[in-house]
Amino acid sequence: MNAATEPLLEAQDVSVRYGRSTVLQDVNFSISAGEIVTLVGPNGSGKSTMVRALIGALPVTVGKITHQNGLRIGYVPQRLQMERGLPMTVRRFFDLPKRVDEASLNKVLERIHVPSLLNQQMMDLSGGQFQRVLLARALLGNPHILVLDEATQGLDQRGSAHFYQLVESVRNEMGCAVLMVSHELHVVMSASDRVICLNGHICCQGTPEVVSSKPEYRALFGSGTQGALALYRHEHDHSHEHDHSHDHDHDHDHDQRPEL
Amino acid sequence: MLDNFIVRALLAGLAVAFAAAPIGCFVVWRRMAYFGDATAHAAILGVAMSLAFSQSIFAGTLVVSVLMAYLVSLLSWRGHSMDTLLGVLAHSALAFGLVAVSFIPGVRVDLNAYLFGDILAVTASDLAVMWVGAVVVVGLISWRWSALLMVTLNPELAHASGVNPKSEQLVLTVSLAIMVAVAIKVVGVLLITAMLIIPAASARPMSDTPERMAVYAAIIGVFSIVVGMYASFMLDSPTGPTIVCISAMVFAASSFVHSVRSR
Repeated sequence: MNAATEPLLEAQDVSVRYGRSTVLQDVNFSISAGEIVTLVGPNGSGKSTMVRALIGALPVTVGKITHQNGLRIGYVPQRLQMERGLPMTVRRFFDLPKRVDEASLNKVLERIHVPSLLNQQMMDLSGGQFQRVLLARALLGNPHILVLDEATQGLDQRGSAHFYQLVESVRNEMGCAVLMVSHELHVVMSASDRVICLNGHICCQGTPEVVSSKPEYRALFGSGTQGALALYRHEHDHSHEHDHSHDHDHDHDHDQRPEL
Repeated sequence: MLDNFIVRALLAGLAVAFAAAPIGCFVVWRRMAYFGDATAHAAILGVAMSLAFSQSIFAGTLVVSVLMAYLVSLLSWRGHSMDTLLGVLAHSALAFGLVAVSFIPGVRVDLNAYLFGDILAVTASDLAVMWVGAVVVVGLISWRWSALLMVTLNPELAHASGVNPKSEQLVLTVSLAIMVAVAIKVVGVLLITAMLIIPAASARPMSDTPERMAVYAAIIGVFSIVVGMYASFMLDSPTGPTIVCISAMVFAASSFVHSVRSR
């Protein structure tokens, strides 16, 4: 069919081995335009490996990763260790890999709220500021897909909830797909169209409600997280405009989603 | 003008300062000091080979330095920690080189000239080779500047933007080998890493962007070369080490001013 329904990113029967240990086994995955997919799994379940393989940073041992032609990826890493010896203002960082014009910069900055930081050194930013700057830079490339690898590590509960709200609102405006990795289930799950539960292989996947009631999921995370999910939704309901757009997307994306 | 050995020495020094500035910055940012040492020390083995096969010193050191750098990146993917590996390779390259030079029959080789440099013996053809080398290095690094910065910040970030870290690493490796071949006559293999790191490190406190740091490193490098050469004439001291002493003083001054200011 046409390019819009073709998946942006696709993994076919992918396995990744480091030496003798198998980190990922027979993973099949695809994400389409506008979808929000969350990857959850315990530590060492291969989440980061999967993300790195998907963006092409890691060769796969078996299988194939396919990118849609001309795919632009906006990547927000887990954390970015700034080398003390490397001077880098926020403004200069935005110009990587290529110079951005003021107009598109201002547009993104309005969304992300970092304009006052432009002349600051990257090293001097707080954790929350740093992640917002990373997100802004990822958006400057006008990506088809935003990839967030545990992007809120080191932020407190409120900080990460705020960050994910920002991601959601950005997605609503820009319409890019989002693939995120997190172990903060209660924060990210309800914002997702689809949740994939990973533990070396894909244990289960589906809508947040479906996944959180699956026995495979409970075996990994216990049943307690369901309560946290409910709690989050409760808090979430209070933010009016946010909830509205959220519902809207859900309907929208269900229509677009390819058959699983 | 090139008949004057002082003018030749000065021009040779400037070539080194310019080539060293951009690579030196990456050596600092990527913590490659030992990598620089390994590449530079291997050059003495290159000198021995050049003499043995009567080839140009420049070609010999270039080939052996590239091979060394390649060996390091090859081995770095298996087992040993990078730090240990480079420690082993840097010093064994030097040792093998020194032993190899002692086997060269006939000519008594003046080792000091290669270990500490012999800037006053630079010929007009040396100069031509050095400037071509310096221009190639500066050209290569400026061409790949943005990609190299991405890789330095975070390899995954680079991948996501379509930059391959391995090929960028190769650019840096080759530039470093050329830089070593350019600098060997000026400061000698033992002090090449100093010329890479000290100007860049001195430039760090006064810089707010990577580009400024590279430019300031070049200015500090030129200053150290000019003042160092002058001081070595006045004091009748070895030129290479004197140049490094001057840049070390610049470093001390820059660090001092920075710590006073930020208090």
